[in-house]
Amino acid sequence: MNKVVSNAHEAIQPIESGSTIMLGGFGLNGIPENCIAALVQKGINQLTCISNNAGVDDFGLGLLLQKKQIKKMISSYVGENAEFERQLLNGELEVDLIPQGTLATRIQMAAMGIPAFYTPAGFGTEVAFGKEVRYFNNKPYLMELALHADFAIVKAWKGDTMGNLVFRKTTRNFSTSMAKAGNITIAEVEHLVQPGEIDPDDVHVAGIYVHKIFQGVNYEKRIEKRTVKIVDK
Amino acid sequence: MALDKFGIAKRIAKELKDGMYVNLGIGIPTLVANYVPENMTIIFQSENGILGMGPYPTEEEVDADLINAGKETVTLIKGAALFDSAESFGMIRAGKIDLTVLGAMEVSEQGDIANWKIPGKMVKGMGGAMDLVASAKNIIVAMMHTNPKGESKLLPACTLPLTGLRCVKKVITDLAVLEITPDGFLLKEKAPGVTVEEIKRKTLGKLICPDNVPDIEL
Repeated sequence: MNKVVSNAHEAIQPIESGSTIMLGGFGLNGIPENCIAALVQKGINQLTCISNNAGVDDFGLGLLLQKKQIKKMISSYVGENAEFERQLLNGELEVDLIPQGTLATRIQMAAMGIPAFYTPAGFGTEVAFGKEVRYFNNKPYLMELALHADFAIVKAWKGDTMGNLVFRKTTRNFSTSMAKAGNITIAEVEHLVQPGEIDPDDVHVAGIYVHKIFQGVNYEKRIEKRTVKIVDK
Repeated sequence: MALDKFGIAKRIAKELKDGMYVNLGIGIPTLVANYVPENMTIIFQSENGILGMGPYPTEEEVDADLINAGKETVTLIKGAALFDSAESFGMIRAGKIDLTVLGAMEVSEQGDIANWKIPGKMVKGMGGAMDLVASAKNIIVAMMHTNPKGESKLLPACTLPLTGLRCVKKVITDLAVLEITPDGFLLKEKAPGVTVEEIKRKTLGKLICPDNVPDIEL
């Protein structure tokens, strides 16, 4: 078994233009910074990116958007990125805006080998257009399909050389489901350790889902809104 | 006179009951967390994976790995739990959240809500709003009674793209507390000093006004 690679550039080597990529993170929280930088540098384009948000103008996926490397985004909220909203309103970028729970569940269902499921979210709205509706206990639901991707790229706090991953605080978000859903999953970690250093009880994503793992470097961990409590002294 | 956004939040906090699990949307709803009564335990859920969201951190406590659904840095209370987005929306859809408070651009007399898109102008995305309104047992909308142009936000039917159908139970604005009934908006309370006439004028949807409308007590 040899899942370990040296860095992001080696990890993303199989990704070509036109690929569909899932990227973990919520806003800038838990984003795979090293792989995003490597994708920007590699210069591939016509990408379909599945990510809850689009980063901010000059960080996260915003970097790929600036370089016009993304053809299509599949997201639930893009409010923090003015360039994204501009490209969307001007028709320069294809966008599927999907309810956040539907997005998370579509990815989770791909991870679980379930091809389709029913959710009440979006019934009666434009999200329902063209979708099958079915009633259960007199309540309407939309049929949604599992969402797969050629590649899933996630960033975890700790991972071992067998691919087991542990996440910290709210950086789990979409990453755990994406890691399990990708055809090929790439994980960058803050701490790469040997097997046995992660207690099996503590594993969030089992190594079976992870194909390549590497020790990440120089994490900026940018904060979008640094809200603090003023303490009276 | 009309309430300000803090007054709206204070009035919504009166709907809280001890032990409730509550989801607060961005904007005015987040202020509700500041007015939880002294001896009451409320567990705030953040849809990005927190049960037991606490107050904002001090400078020393700031942790880049710990944010809420509005992308703000937060803390956790004792007894908090962390999980992923799939689980978060699972618990939302399964009806485990006791109260959802969110903002809106429009609410209809049948309880439809529009709060995510202004075609051609603002398309930030719906985030978790559609999941929340489709599943929540108890939805309260917190908003101004009229928009910045002075137009009513309580309408016979929403004109903007919908977030959800027939889901809102209660609306609390700067002017009034209203319930949604099969016969339309029912005026339950009014802001002190505000007249029923003003509320009628600013409510385009069907409005039922009882003879005696008590003042909002904060």
